[in-house]
Amino acid sequence: MNILYDERLDGALPTVDKAALLDTLRSALPDLDILHTEQDLRPYECDGLSAYRVVPLLVVLPQRLEQVQALLKICHTHQMPVVARGAGTGLSGGALPLAQGILLVMARFNRILEINPAGRFARVQPGVRNLAISQAAAPHGLYYAPDPSSQIACSIGGNVAENAGGVHCLKYGLTVHNLLKVEVLTIEGEYLTLGSDALDAPGFDLLALFTGSEGLLGIVTEVTVKLLPKPQVARVLLASFDSVEKAARAVADIIGAGIIPAGLEMMDNLSLRAAEDFIHAGYPAEAAAILLCELDGVDADVNDDCLRVEAVLKTAGASEVRLARDEAERVRFWAGRKNAFPAVGRISPDYYCMDGTIPRRALAGVLHGIGELSREHGLRVANVFHAGDGNMHPLILFDANQPGELERAEALGGKILELCVAVGGSITGEHGVGREKINQMCAQFNADELTLFHAVKHAFDPLGLLNPGKNIPTLQRCAEFGAMHVHHGQLPFPDLERF
Amino acid sequence: MDQDHDASAGLLEQVRQALEQRTPLRIQGSDSKAMLGRPVDGQTLDTRNHRGIVSYDPTELVLTARAGTPLREIEAVLYEAGQMLPFEPPHLGDGATLGGMVAAGLAGPRRPWAGSVRDHVLGTRVITGHGKLLRFGGEVMKNVAGYDLSRLLAGSFGCLGVLTEVSLKVLPRPRTCQSLRLTMDLRQALGELAAWGQQALPITAACHDGDALHLRLEGGEGSVTSAAERLGGAVLDNRYWHDLREQRLAFFAADEPLWRLSLPHNSPPLSLPGRQLLDWGGAQRWLKSTASPSVIREAVAGLGGHATLHACHSAGFHPLPEPLLRYQRNLKRQLDPRGIFNPGRLYADI
Repeated sequence: MNILYDERLDGALPTVDKAALLDTLRSALPDLDILHTEQDLRPYECDGLSAYRVVPLLVVLPQRLEQVQALLKICHTHQMPVVARGAGTGLSGGALPLAQGILLVMARFNRILEINPAGRFARVQPGVRNLAISQAAAPHGLYYAPDPSSQIACSIGGNVAENAGGVHCLKYGLTVHNLLKVEVLTIEGEYLTLGSDALDAPGFDLLALFTGSEGLLGIVTEVTVKLLPKPQVARVLLASFDSVEKAARAVADIIGAGIIPAGLEMMDNLSLRAAEDFIHAGYPAEAAAILLCELDGVDADVNDDCLRVEAVLKTAGASEVRLARDEAERVRFWAGRKNAFPAVGRISPDYYCMDGTIPRRALAGVLHGIGELSREHGLRVANVFHAGDGNMHPLILFDANQPGELERAEALGGKILELCVAVGGSITGEHGVGREKINQMCAQFNADELTLFHAVKHAFDPLGLLNPGKNIPTLQRCAEFGAMHVHHGQLPFPDLERF
Repeated sequence: MDQDHDASAGLLEQVRQALEQRTPLRIQGSDSKAMLGRPVDGQTLDTRNHRGIVSYDPTELVLTARAGTPLREIEAVLYEAGQMLPFEPPHLGDGATLGGMVAAGLAGPRRPWAGSVRDHVLGTRVITGHGKLLRFGGEVMKNVAGYDLSRLLAGSFGCLGVLTEVSLKVLPRPRTCQSLRLTMDLRQALGELAAWGQQALPITAACHDGDALHLRLEGGEGSVTSAAERLGGAVLDNRYWHDLREQRLAFFAADEPLWRLSLPHNSPPLSLPGRQLLDWGGAQRWLKSTASPSVIREAVAGLGGHATLHACHSAGFHPLPEPLLRYQRNLKRQLDPRGIFNPGRLYADI
């Protein structure tokens, strides 16, 4: 378990006199909302990864950027750790509080500052919800492309911190591909403008560096995102396969035919049955795997591509291919996929969602490996897969009330991520490292690479006050968990083909 | 996989020696981008012996090659498989290499619609200022583990380390391509581009030369044909875009200094002395002018953009404001503590 900040492994934290700190903050920032009682702090003890809970020392809820700036300066002077939080929907414990730290909640910065249809951009505060941007842009026929599944609730500041993805990444990219400019405050309370209103900016590309840095380099105070014209039409095909291998082959064949689908999702039998029982999406319950392939763009092109994809799917051995007849059926096909997580929640008391990425050609082998690991650990695994971009979301089914099952689920999850690394993939495609995968980072990166990450951190936050214990493990932590190190050569799955 | 041209051990050895002796290195491939940035005084580190495509599977949309690989070799292999580098990198010389392409971060006419070089960088191997050959990112489309050092290295002009290998996302070539020439003045062109930009039109290049707007349409046959019918104008040879990318249009031939102005795409026409060529649908404007750098920079900065002089010069890149410059220096010091990688190429002390 990685939940608790461990000073021995994660680095020393200052000893804080809570009452004195509260006095300091109140006198310096009399109109800042500060929560300090157990009862008020409790709701902030976790983010979207609710298995991990820590009650913060204090929660602050600023409403003006001057308050954030002053707060950071005070924290810097007093060497006080700060954890930033947006909407709290993150799935890796990136906004997990510190018992000895301040939780800085940016949710009240929720104004859309500008929608500029001719410039095709939106300038927003960090607490604005992802979907709210697309809604505000809709009257102009524009939208913001990245669509993480939490998009009705998650905030854009958190999206930047996590480099959030979604189901349309292969064609439209991640958050980093859809940003023009981000304003940040450093721990010293200095404003930096990263990127620009143009398509590039002079100097090192700090916009790329800060995107996905999980709140370790600075606090996002304003975001300018690109807006795209809405595609004229979107159509979706549903294909059934009697083997996972055939479905995986079909994915490669679609890409090989020169087609870039807007979305390309795979579900295995366990997850598609759970989704079908829950949503009645019309999925074939007997299929070993299904593929959902969405094509969008101009009407004539989409029609042509639908015919091409249908032919490719049939050649690849699909037992059935259905084109959604109308918008209602298209929405229903997607509803099954989008509700796969809660659907799995209905067939198991608890589930644990993983986020590894792999080269697509490794899919069949990795699914086979997951099956073996699943039997070894005595826990079922349902697989949902962003097949287009190689991002897997295995869901480990367990019952937290059974002694030892959570630990077994965590151990199985760790093994699955190591398997992803072993075939040339990554421990996280879009959920982030946060606190959850801090030990698995030791599997993906060696000590020299981690040292370089720490050097980057040092350039912006030499005292290590921003979100300590997240994203990049200390070398001490990796030494302790060295047994699981599979980096470059010492691989635990010798029978798997390597890429 | 090409095993014969792995010269990384030699490159690593040269960097280790330079670190030991504190000798600055001037990193180069074919030197095709030498006109960008400040002059660097140092021992030459030539990447061109470290070359070859390491892996390429068209169905994965990923190509990995060594830094010294000639761009034309990579483009030929992609072409053969019906794919392309979507950002159309300018070569600006016969021997342009992959490493130089990533280090300079230049992109061609498709940039506003397809993204930049860094947008397509998935992973890198790099020799660091600590004398190590390390790997960041990888060959997968999505990867948010750790800081994104690979994308940071794109456009860093070799000031943070020596790139030895790069993995890129590549894409299928569009099925159909058709180019048009529409006679209209610059102001009208900017207005039309703003309006078209809000519609689902398959435009993938837009350039105005003072007399006419040049457009490229790419996509499926249906969308390209119907857009071409709707937009009208005269047929334009598709090779125009190659000449624009490689700065071979007549505009680039004159003797005045060449400036690249990066601007919000819907910025109004700039009243600066000299001649201008609008590219990237307005987001990149080429300027041939003898006006003083401060006049040019002030005009561009006032619109939220920046200006780069395309001539090796002590002040080629747009100056950075404080405190941004300080943090960029911090980063340089952390990643290159002995200051051996292309010192001063971007800015003094960087």
